[in-house]
Amino acid sequence: MENLGYLLAAYTGIWAVVFGYILAMQRRQRRLERQLARLQEQLDRAGKTA
Amino acid sequence: MRNGKSAVRDSFLWGLGLLLMLAALYMVFAYVPTEKNTGIVQRIFYFHVPLAWVSFLAFFITFIFSILYLGKRAVKWDALAHASAEVGVIFTTLVLITGPIWAKPVWGIWWTWDARLTTSLVLWLIYLAYLLVRGLTAEPERGARFSAVIGIVGFIDVPIVFLTVNLWRTQHPTTIVFEGGLTAPMLATLLVCVTAFTVLYALLTWQSARLKTLEAEFRRLTMMQTEKEE
Repeated sequence: MENLGYLLAAYTGIWAVVFGYILAMQRRQRRLERQLARLQEQLDRAGKTA
Repeated sequence: MRNGKSAVRDSFLWGLGLLLMLAALYMVFAYVPTEKNTGIVQRIFYFHVPLAWVSFLAFFITFIFSILYLGKRAVKWDALAHASAEVGVIFTTLVLITGPIWAKPVWGIWWTWDARLTTSLVLWLIYLAYLLVRGLTAEPERGARFSAVIGIVGFIDVPIVFLTVNLWRTQHPTTIVFEGGLTAPMLATLLVCVTAFTVLYALLTWQSARLKTLEAEFRRLTMMQTEKEE
């Protein structure tokens, strides 16, 4: 089991980066959904006043 | 934002990706025998090599969609090229992280400026520039055009990286996979890992491209709304 630490470090690093990227994408998606909802509100308001 | 059918398809594909990755992990840690010369740390090979191969594939896809974008100027081609480059940079980052972690116990050093390692670092920098150049331009379309040029010209480095170990004498091992240097269980494990990472790449790229297309559409609608208000 010599060098087990290196093996664990490599695999932990891989999963940390992959999950970090997936989480970042999810955050971007949530932000976009909020922005779209705000835009929809603006469009609705503009439609009512027209 | 998504209909029920595409949500079911997405869940199925992510489930398939997860199963493949679990199979890959099982084969790496439970199935394949430990390599005699370098010991347990050699198991890094089964993720390090697929990550490198799939990053080459990612940059090839960026190359193709960059050409299509420059020819047709359709947002979807830019979104796919951009998403593929993004995932390619992440995978190359992982290659540059796992490589030194594997090198230290085997070579006794973390890094050496040999041809394979240096050209791999250059490849990472080229596609990092591809991603950064978008943020440096005020107009998104201009940024997309600049990065498409980088995506096409930068691809020259991919075959160079691949051939370095055969063209020059390097610290990095030669392409043992193609020279029959692997036993049957090692080759089977490598192939399962390559498949798992190819599916992961496709899923991440598809998801990211869809998000980028929506972001572009949102920018377009916001501009239209602002113009209307003015």
